[in-house]
Amino acid sequence: MAVKVVEDWLNACSGCEISILNIGDALLDLLPQLEFAHITALVDHKFYGQLGDGTTMEIPEAVVGIVSGGVRNEEQKHELEEIRKKVKFLISLGSCACYGGVPAQANMFKNEEVFDKVFRDCVTTEPAPDPADPNVPKWTPTCAAVDEVVKVDVAIPGCPPHPDWIADALLALLGGKTSWSLPERSVCDTCPVIREQKSGGGPVKRWLQNMEFNPEEGLEKMRCINEQGFLCMGPVTLAGCAGKTSVPRCIQARTPCRGCFGPIRKGARPMVEMMGALTSVGLDPKTLVDRRAMMNRYIGGHKVLTVIPARPAR
Amino acid sequence: MGKVINIQPVTRIEGHAKVSITLDDAGNVADTKLYVQTLRGFEKFCEGRPVEEMPRTVCHICGICPWAHHLASCKAADACFGVTPPPTAVKLRRLMQSIAYVSDKILHFYFLAAPDFVIGPDADYSVRNVIGIVQAAPEIAKQVVHMRHLGAQIIEGFAGRAIHPTFSVPGGVSKPMTEAERQKILPQAQELLEFSKFSLQFAKENVFPKYLDAIKSIGVIKVGYLGTVTEDGALDFYDGKLRLMDPDGKYEDFAYDQYTDYLGEFVEPWSYQKFPYAKKWGKLNMSLDTPVGVYRTNTLSRINVADKMATPLAQKELEEFRAAFGRPAHFTLLYHYARLIELLQCAETAVQLLEDPEITGTEIRVPITPRAARGVGCVEAPRGTLIHDYECDAQGLITKINLIVGTTHNNAAMNMSVEQAAKEFIKEGTYDQGILNKVEMAIRAYDP
Repeated sequence: MAVKVVEDWLNACSGCEISILNIGDALLDLLPQLEFAHITALVDHKFYGQLGDGTTMEIPEAVVGIVSGGVRNEEQKHELEEIRKKVKFLISLGSCACYGGVPAQANMFKNEEVFDKVFRDCVTTEPAPDPADPNVPKWTPTCAAVDEVVKVDVAIPGCPPHPDWIADALLALLGGKTSWSLPERSVCDTCPVIREQKSGGGPVKRWLQNMEFNPEEGLEKMRCINEQGFLCMGPVTLAGCAGKTSVPRCIQARTPCRGCFGPIRKGARPMVEMMGALTSVGLDPKTLVDRRAMMNRYIGGHKVLTVIPARPAR
Repeated sequence: MGKVINIQPVTRIEGHAKVSITLDDAGNVADTKLYVQTLRGFEKFCEGRPVEEMPRTVCHICGICPWAHHLASCKAADACFGVTPPPTAVKLRRLMQSIAYVSDKILHFYFLAAPDFVIGPDADYSVRNVIGIVQAAPEIAKQVVHMRHLGAQIIEGFAGRAIHPTFSVPGGVSKPMTEAERQKILPQAQELLEFSKFSLQFAKENVFPKYLDAIKSIGVIKVGYLGTVTEDGALDFYDGKLRLMDPDGKYEDFAYDQYTDYLGEFVEPWSYQKFPYAKKWGKLNMSLDTPVGVYRTNTLSRINVADKMATPLAQKELEEFRAAFGRPAHFTLLYHYARLIELLQCAETAVQLLEDPEITGTEIRVPITPRAARGVGCVEAPRGTLIHDYECDAQGLITKINLIVGTTHNNAAMNMSVEQAAKEFIKEGTYDQGILNKVEMAIRAYDP
């Protein structure tokens, strides 16, 4: 019998949902096992009745709830709380849901500063007051991860999460398991490049030039990106971006990791640990431009990124 | 004032929206609104970030068209650094964009739009979806899932990431294509081209003829159009000049950095999404009878502003389309037809690029040095023209950005189409879920 699922995106970009579709041919085997009681992306179920005359948000009961995106406004918060009440297992899908994601970089600014910019300081925008109609939900104080608001049973991080893990986690729950998690390994643990534990030293290079490599050769012949002098977040980032069988996706593109799968374990301090990793190969981590945002790009929820008070004028 | 009907969430679109329809005491439509309820604030939190990191930050604006934002951002960054990427790099960027758009257009047509046409606009919502299509047409569904996935696999195999890419970089791209890679991808691109031809043929024979009445009635409005064309007027997704066409078909062309002379954005208190409009045409007015300043983007708009398609098979299809519907064609549901003509151009372009010897060139990135500058980069995203406008300081850190993105251009037009559809179908308090779905079909055509 099919298992009932409720899925929705909160403060999200739809990339996680596309990743679900990227399960590929196996999707057609998985679909009949799932009954989507709600999924905004694909099915026309409505929260206020099919005739739009309801007065309260109605979320159907389901075994599994899947939410992508963090929590950015009061309505998303309300919906998430309603979903939590109606499902047995809640999955936070993707790094926005797990850590706040890229939009949580807004936590470096006061909400008023963001609204001031968007509605009153963009070159083509005719300055206007903030939209305040009751139909545009108020922002929450911060852009939060899902587990800052409700209890989460299964976290599938990644930006986007790899389809292998989405299928794996769903099949685990369908098979009666009550928990699922990725193994605690770093991107470096799955990266085949050559490491010699040293670099040329000096400042951390910006991404203004390509790495040195021979395109005809595999990654196992390329020198480690940190050791080439660039920032690569591999040492402090959870492995799994390429699924079960392949090498890390950004490295495959011959570009450095920026940490989209988040920290390797709960309680880790990726920024401190990454500064240590750069130091250990002889680079000066203090030279890294825009350090705080760069190293916390995907994990700005959980109060990791906060407003820094302006320095007093001299 | 009478009853309010709330359609929430708007489904089978790629974002967060809600429609309200207010009826008067007689049960006729007094007012409609399409509310966009989310705001993330990229314009603010990008300030202070290094320009070279922008292409892999702003791609997160949209997980369905991350390649479009990735490339628009790279072009804005190229302009900030004052560099021109080598020809091979431009071709590789175009190749990835073409393949990504093939997947996107397959997704929209079959997964999001087709349920309304294949299962039917009035069918019960529980079957009017892709799962219903899997049951009704399992062979086609299998092909669709396979082809969408094939596009993603091609991109991941070569460029690492299909969603939120990192491959394109200011000054070029991160890696060249080897001959072995080219030989592997070419037949796959040819497979996508065959499926694109099939899709257009399938729709022309089995879908569009049945829905001519719907095409002439749902969401119909007469407004202007914006899109990108090459110097000789061909439709281009990656580069060219912007063309703004008025509702009667007269147009003006302008360079990217002149966009502030032509476009303004209005803020309404009831939507987080702004309302871009053609400011030379007058003050924005979204009334159905006398609209002012309203223009559309996305598929129908592009094929309206272009003099021709860039590839031979797509050009033949455009000629047939124009013979039937004229230029500019205004019926909103024709967005779906135009989408499939564009699908064909994207697939043809991918094959052409893979057959071009320069695609395996090894000069792929020019050196870049930070400087204080402003750069405007545009591409055509599946949903419309992207405008990325960056200013940076001498260290190459962003000081100011302005973004006008695909669906935002269509905000005013979508609101008008919702009003038109609601007024067309809801009379004297009579409506059902099929009628409310037709209101949503007016939105879905824009693929927001």
